[in-house]
Formats: sequence, C-alpha cells, structure tokens
Amino acid sequence: MAVSVHLRQTIERAKRRDLLFVALGVAALFLAFCTFLALFTNMVSAGWERFHPGFFTQYASRRAESAGILAAWVGSFAVMIVTGLVAVPLGIASGIYLEEYAPRNRLTALIEINISNLAGVPSIVYGLLALGMFVHYFNLGASVLTAGLTLALLILPVVIVATREAIRAVPGAIREAAYALGATRWQTVKDHVLQYSLPGILTGVIIGLSRAIGETAPIVTIGAVSFIAFLPPAPVTSSFPFVSFDWLASPFTAMPIQIFNWTSRPEEAFQANASAAALVLVLMTLAMNAVAIWLRYRLRRNLSW
Amino acid sequence: MNEELKKPELDSLAKKAQVSDLSFFYGAKQALKSINLTVYDRKVTALIGPSGCGKSTFLRCFNRMHDLYPGNRYQGEIRLYPDDVNLLAPEIDPIEVRMRLSMVFQKPNPFPKSIFENVAYGLRIRGERSRSVLIDRVEEALKGAALWNEVKDRLEDVATTLSGGQQQRLCIARALACDPELLLFDEPTSALDPIATASIEELIHELREKITILIVTHNMQQAARVSDFTAYMYLGDLVEFGWTDDVFFRPRQKQTEDYITGRFG
Repeated sequence: MAVSVHLRQTIERAKRRDLLFVALGVAALFLAFCTFLALFTNMVSAGWERFHPGFFTQYASRRAESAGILAAWVGSFAVMIVTGLVAVPLGIASGIYLEEYAPRNRLTALIEINISNLAGVPSIVYGLLALGMFVHYFNLGASVLTAGLTLALLILPVVIVATREAIRAVPGAIREAAYALGATRWQTVKDHVLQYSLPGILTGVIIGLSRAIGETAPIVTIGAVSFIAFLPPAPVTSSFPFVSFDWLASPFTAMPIQIFNWTSRPEEAFQANASAAALVLVLMTLAMNAVAIWLRYRLRRNLSW
Repeated sequence: MNEELKKPELDSLAKKAQVSDLSFFYGAKQALKSINLTVYDRKVTALIGPSGCGKSTFLRCFNRMHDLYPGNRYQGEIRLYPDDVNLLAPEIDPIEVRMRLSMVFQKPNPFPKSIFENVAYGLRIRGERSRSVLIDRVEEALKGAALWNEVKDRLEDVATTLSGGQQQRLCIARALACDPELLLFDEPTSALDPIATASIEELIHELREKITILIVTHNMQQAARVSDFTAYMYLGDLVEFGWTDDVFFRPRQKQTEDYITGRFG
C-alpha cells in the first residue's frame, strides 16, 4: 500500500516542528553567548589600559593609574584555600554518609530537606550568620579565616549535592561486586565508589569554589576592608617552626570587594580599574571551570561500566 | 544419556550445604516459602524456574547479599559443611560468609580498574600484601577462568576494554582468586552471545572437579548441559529437586514437566 497524502503531510508537519525547536534552541544559545561576549568585550575595552604587570603587583592607591589588585587577589586566593580546606572534606564526607550509610528514616529526610534549603538561602544571610557567630561570638574578627569559613558554609550544600549525584551515578552492580568479595562498607566506598565518582565530585567542588570567589555580599557583611596596603603574613617563615598560621587572622580584601569599591568611586579613572579587575575575576573563574573540565576528562577516560 | 546405573545413592554423596525450612521476606512480601535443599559437594546444582519464582533471591541468601538492603528477613537455616555453621545465624558476620563464598553476577561487573587489580582485589581485602604472591595467585585464577592466554600481555589494561564474555570470565577469575568453598552463579550468561556462553559453560564443566557450584539459569538447555542436579522453583516454592536427567526426562511433578516441555513459563 502506498503512503497516503495525509500521512505524508503529517510527517512534513512533524518535521517542521522539529526544525522549529532546533531554531529556538540555537537562538537561545546565541542570545546567551552574545550577552557574555558583549559584557566581556566591554570589560576588555574599558579595562585594557590598566592591564599591565604593575596592576597585579601594586596595592590600591588614591591615584587610579598606580592602583593595583595585589591585596585583592592574594586575599581572594587565601580565602579560597580556607574555603576549600573546610568545605571539601566536610561536603564530601557528608555526601558519602548520606548516600552510603544513612538509614532511610525521618531524620535523614529532614537533613536532606535542610541541605536543599541551605542551597537556596541568599548569600547575605550567610554573611549575617557569620557576623554574629564567627566575628562576634568566636571573636575571629574580619579575618581571612572568618571569610573562608563563611564561604565554606555557603558552598557546602553545592559540594554535598554534587558528591551525592556523583556517588549515585556509580552502578549498584559495582558495589555488589565489592560486597560479594567480602569488602566492608568503608572498603567499598574508599576503593571503589569514591574513586569512580571523583570526577563528578571534583567538578562540583570547583563549581562551588568558582561561585565562592565571586561572592561579595557575605564578605562585605563580615566587615572586610576595601582599602588595604599590606599582605597577610606568609605561611612559611625562615625560623622554627617554619610554618605560620598568622595569615588566617589577618585582615584582608578580596577581588569582588575591590571591584565594588572602585565602581563606587566618583572619579572616572577608577572605572577602568574596576573593569580590569572584573576581567581578572572572570578569567579566574573561567580558569577554574577549565580545570574542572580538564580533570573530568582526564579522570573519566578509563571509567565505563 | 542413560547414566542410571552410574548414579550413586544420594546418601553416599558428601554434602556441601543443607538448606532447611528457608523462608525469605522482602518487608512483608514473602519471596521464599520454606525451602529444603541439599547442595552436594563438588557437584553443579542448577536452579530453574520462570521469572519471579525466587531463584535469584534464593541464591543471594547463601552469601547474605540481602543484608545490604533494609527490611529483608530470613527464616530457617543454610548450614555449610564441613564445619556445620548456619550462614544465616544473626551472630555470623555476613562479611565472613562472603569471604568463604564467591558470586558471579548476571551482568559482567568488573571494576573500572586494571585486569590485574580486579582479580587481586579479593586477595587484598583478605590482607594479602606480598606482590609476588598476588602475581602468582592472579595468574592462577586467570588460568582457572580460561582467560590467561588472552590477557597475559595486557594485565594493566582497564578491565572494561575486554569483550562481554571476557569480562564475565574476568569476574569468574576474580571469584576464583578468593578460593571459594561454594561458587554462586546468578544467570551468568544471560547478557552474553552464544559463543561467549559456550565458553562459560565449558568453564563451569571444568570447575566442578574442584569446587561446588550453584547456578541460577533461565535457560533450561543450559541447566541440562552443565548441571548434575536441578531444582525447579515456582512462586517461591521448591517444586522438584533431583538428578538433572531425572528432572528433565522423568519429572515427578506435572508442573515441572509442563515447564520443561515449554507448555508454560
């Protein structure tokens, strides 16, 4: 029997809709890409004149031409180290516990709901919490440690959720293979589940960190200084015991604060500084995302089931 | 296949395990109903029956896999010989049970690690540290699983680069490396093509000289080809058990006959 005209028309119509969807998708992508490109080129053209080595090695200054971001990028870097050291082990451990150990009961359900809710709490609220708890109650001051802990709390839900997703992607058959050989729960987690979910976990961690590095509100709330002309003390010293943790208690400034500070200056010349610093911040975030993609690619090469 | 005269009396055979009054519950749902079965030493026992009859559930009782998930409950006993210990007793650690029994699953499930590490893993968690012992035992296990010649030059390759049949033989090698007293096969060829299936069946034939095997299969020809004994299960009941040729050619139950001749199932 030949294909009827009606059927042919139906197929044609369905194919047109298919094409329409593709066109809409491409248009949406194009819009997003153009927005990013416009912002990026604007930033580059406005900030290009400040983009020289001195910009990275000079402190903030009252004169726009000689002002740099040394204190800001070092501060951001130090804060990120604290954030990473706190959020990564805590987040991964929580994720593993919830996925592999926690009994399915009301308490676990309550904890899970709380974690999802935490991910939706505005960052300023974390800043207020930190101001009350870390700055005043624990008397940590507006220090690198306070900022690191605050941002760690902020990205903890992101790390936990990413860890759980990555762990859930490991097939049950692999777990059963380990258990059937006589492995304990921890051996199964450490030798298998964790190893195979590492690419996904690392991606989540880096996405969390790249969110934290751009956060302004919580660090402003805890009282970070925006004009600072010294660096936190070095973590390595020349005399015994050679390591120093004084940098944790040091006041600091961070990239987003520096940018915010410059944009709120009345002098036109500082707008170029703000653009240049924003460009650096975007590049830092892009670099972190690139590392995430590269790590995922490297580690996943051998993973299949 | 008239081996009637050569068949020894059942009472004269050594037992490897005795299942008595075994019932199993997934929560409130009863999946096994008071099963009694003898597993004879260094014989292949096949479990057959339609989907959902409880044969895999039954097999997974032996190495306490059901302990991994909440809400499961055993009743009755599985006694393992020669030391006559009840594998299902609450005071017996399931890890200890799994150290004595090995399992091969329905779908090949090698770890995404090297071929060597796959086979060595069971030995590592049994505390084997010596590299030279590991190398010897891995070679022995791979030879036992008829895989050595195919992989001896690529032991460091990732196991998932092997073909499906090779992966399943790797899983058998992984199980053999642990020197199990009882080897459990859960439909080991259902995900494999006919050629790979034939090589696994041949392997089971060789292994039964040394080791007691319990195999679940949905393929009746396979049961007939590889097993000494066959148990037919239906809806959680053990309907018939006996020498494989008796079950296939002289079934005592009408239901068994119907299933085997393909009238239902």
